Amino acid sequence: MTPEPKPTDGARATPVLELADVAVRYRGAAADVVQGVSLAVEPGQSLALVGESGAGKTTLLRILLGLARPTAGTVRFDGEPLAPRDRRQMRRFRRGVQCVFQDPYSSLDPSRRVAAIVAEPLRSLGLDSRTTAAPKVAAALERVGLPADAASRYPHEFSGGQRQRIAIARAIVCDPRVLLADEPVSALDVTTRVKVVDLLAELKEERRLTLVMVSHDLSVVASLCERTAVLESGRLVEQGDTAQVLGDPAHPYTRRLIDSVPRLPV
Amino acid sequence: MTLPAAPLKETEPSKETTPVSRRRRSATLLAGCSLTALIALLALVSLVWLPFDTDDTSGGRLAGPGDGHLLGTDKLGRDLLTQLMTGARIAVQAGLGSVAIAALVGVTLGVLAAFAQGWLDDTLAAFLDILIAFPTLLLAMLVVAARSATLGSAILAIGLAQSAVVARLVRILVKRVLARDYITAARTSGTSWPRTVAAHILPNIWPTLVVNLALQFGLAVLAEAGLSYLGLGAPPPNASWGRMLQEAQATFTTAPAGALAPGILLVVLVVGVNLVADGLRDTLDPATRRRRT
Amino acid sequence: MTPRDTPPGPLLDVRGLTVRTDDGRTLVDDLSFTVGGGERLGLIGESGSGKSLTTLALLGLLPDGMTATGSVELAGTQIVGAPEKRLTAVRGRDAAVVFQEPLTALDPLMRMGRQIAEPLARRTGLKGRDLRTAVTDALVRVRLPEPDRIAHAFPHEISGGQRQRVALAMALACEPSLLIADEPTTALDVSVQAEMLDLLDTLVREREMAVLFVSHDLAVVAKVTDRVLVLKDGRAVEEGPVLDVVTAPKAGYTRALVAGARKLESALDLRSPR
Repeated sequence: MTPEPKPTDGARATPVLELADVAVRYRGAAADVVQGVSLAVEPGQSLALVGESGAGKTTLLRILLGLARPTAGTVRFDGEPLAPRDRRQMRRFRRGVQCVFQDPYSSLDPSRRVAAIVAEPLRSLGLDSRTTAAPKVAAALERVGLPADAASRYPHEFSGGQRQRIAIARAIVCDPRVLLADEPVSALDVTTRVKVVDLLAELKEERRLTLVMVSHDLSVVASLCERTAVLESGRLVEQGDTAQVLGDPAHPYTRRLIDSVPRLPV
Repeated sequence: MTLPAAPLKETEPSKETTPVSRRRRSATLLAGCSLTALIALLALVSLVWLPFDTDDTSGGRLAGPGDGHLLGTDKLGRDLLTQLMTGARIAVQAGLGSVAIAALVGVTLGVLAAFAQGWLDDTLAAFLDILIAFPTLLLAMLVVAARSATLGSAILAIGLAQSAVVARLVRILVKRVLARDYITAARTSGTSWPRTVAAHILPNIWPTLVVNLALQFGLAVLAEAGLSYLGLGAPPPNASWGRMLQEAQATFTTAPAGALAPGILLVVLVVGVNLVADGLRDTLDPATRRRRT
Repeated sequence: MTPRDTPPGPLLDVRGLTVRTDDGRTLVDDLSFTVGGGERLGLIGESGSGKSLTTLALLGLLPDGMTATGSVELAGTQIVGAPEKRLTAVRGRDAAVVFQEPLTALDPLMRMGRQIAEPLARRTGLKGRDLRTAVTDALVRVRLPEPDRIAHAFPHEISGGQRQRVALAMALACEPSLLIADEPTTALDVSVQAEMLDLLDTLVREREMAVLFVSHDLAVVAKVTDRVLVLKDGRAVEEGPVLDVVTAPKAGYTRALVAGARKLESALDLRSPR
């Protein structure tokens, strides 16, 4: 449940994803939604982006996914600047970086069968044909704990937690190195939430998957991420090892977030 | 921005349909299909067999039923049933043709407009609004002036006018689908835009689109009748229902059948396709289809 | 708070409440509980537990296609099967609701001030300047900064937390004897949620108002209630004082629920020893 930060030997590995002094301003807006954000996602060091609504978490996530471009600053993938026009790099990027969304009702196309949904990255990245994709899809579905017949069914036949498992299967089917997750469990019930958190923790271990998770739920962050970055109104106010940031917060905003978490009476 | 979402409530007041309402809606669909099929049958038969030639004026003027003329004749001595059957063919042609144009142009334009951003989006939206405000009649007159008064011109004019309506609907529908996370998921999976349109967008706007096209079919039939009434539709001897109405107008008091018959068939066809549209709306609605698995 | 003639017995008495759909599915099954004056009961359940339907049934607000049977007595009035007229009298006076998403509860085209003024005027008969003062007071009571600005704002012009406060102010405006809160903080950020819970707690304590707090979050419910009722698939599985249920859950389902919450929380505790 609580991952220990992996010991890193002196020379750190090249970050898989890196933001350098990134700023974003929407067209017509007076101020930046995100400004001066620098952070690095190193292999094996899962990162949490913590903050409340309006903090710019989702904007940063879209940039990390290559769906939006910063107005200033650079995004690097494997040390190279991310160039959306570079087809070969984008293919490598898409294969290496996958995503899980918050709302499992909106993230699965209601008109397609689960098999087609999960196979989409394999097919679209040209990794597999329909026939060669099938066993991989079956394996991914099995890995996330869904019955074998799930492939031939439609999303609406599944509960919220199962749908989120389908979304996770889609994200891991092409063996990515990084999994970006936008509040992956906040739409789920507590008992389901625990199971999905466990699943993500197992996948991290097994597949050497590095998570980048946007969340406001500190307990989930603490369960899954070695590193934590705290965002307030588009700025990084604090980042470091999760134990450090949550255990001994340096910034008053971080402290306020921690104190706000409702807890069960002992 | 992401808000901590509420736990999903699966027992929310569901739109579960009771067996009763489901039966009622399949009755609607059945009634609609039967009415439409009736006219379609008339049209199909007219292609291979007609009681008389369309320009056969051998019958007596405004004769009643009899002498081989099942429904009598018009003021020029032409067989009424023959004219009604040709009219059915023209009506169906007008409906299908216009809707085909509207679907092709409208869907393409609508999808493009939905993808457009910034000033291009605004411009396209304004363009569609102007096109919708533009009277079909005026458009038809322009087309007829540019070409000639034929059924083809009428269909082209009606189809173009309807394209704007369809495009505006498609634009809104596509925008709604584009906001869903599965589109983002497709993008992060490396799916190309054309493939995204084919695999994710069209299937999800399909139900609403089909219903709308069925409604447009009915409107097209009416519009064609209107244009023919004004002499802007199919030229003689092809009897369009609209022109039959116009020609029978003068003799309505003495021989009402000439005006009533095409009028009734027009109503039957339009009501028929509207019922089909209603029935389709319910059977294709994902919320209701969802429960029938 | 104005004392009202309340008949003896509990303020809210629910007996054998059952909610069925027209095609025969049972969504709430034989539910019985009571809330006394000034008592605070938590209704705990996950999705599909029927907790939200229960709240709707308490006020006769079930959607079409669903029917309630059994008995719901609110301040002596039978709700089940009551005509709309009697329900209207009960809503607001005896019980008021705060829903999860304030945006759906507020009229998007009406300024906040007017939305609060309406129930207030109905209850107090105030008019003009007095009414405006009362509205400002109501907003101050829910600790909204700049009450005058908020009163002139439309719902979309203020933040989610502020909207939920306005919704609370509206619910409290009629001084109901029972406040029903259906996941009132679920859509809010954590820090805003903490403030809101604190506010709710203070306000109902001051007024000795009874509360029915509905939520999926055990920790949130524990903050503002004394007693909880755990629902699963439309049935009550456990009932008791919050502390007992949380520290020594009896039913298997409650145990799983508590264990889940504790497990997540423990991750946090290792990180932040306090």
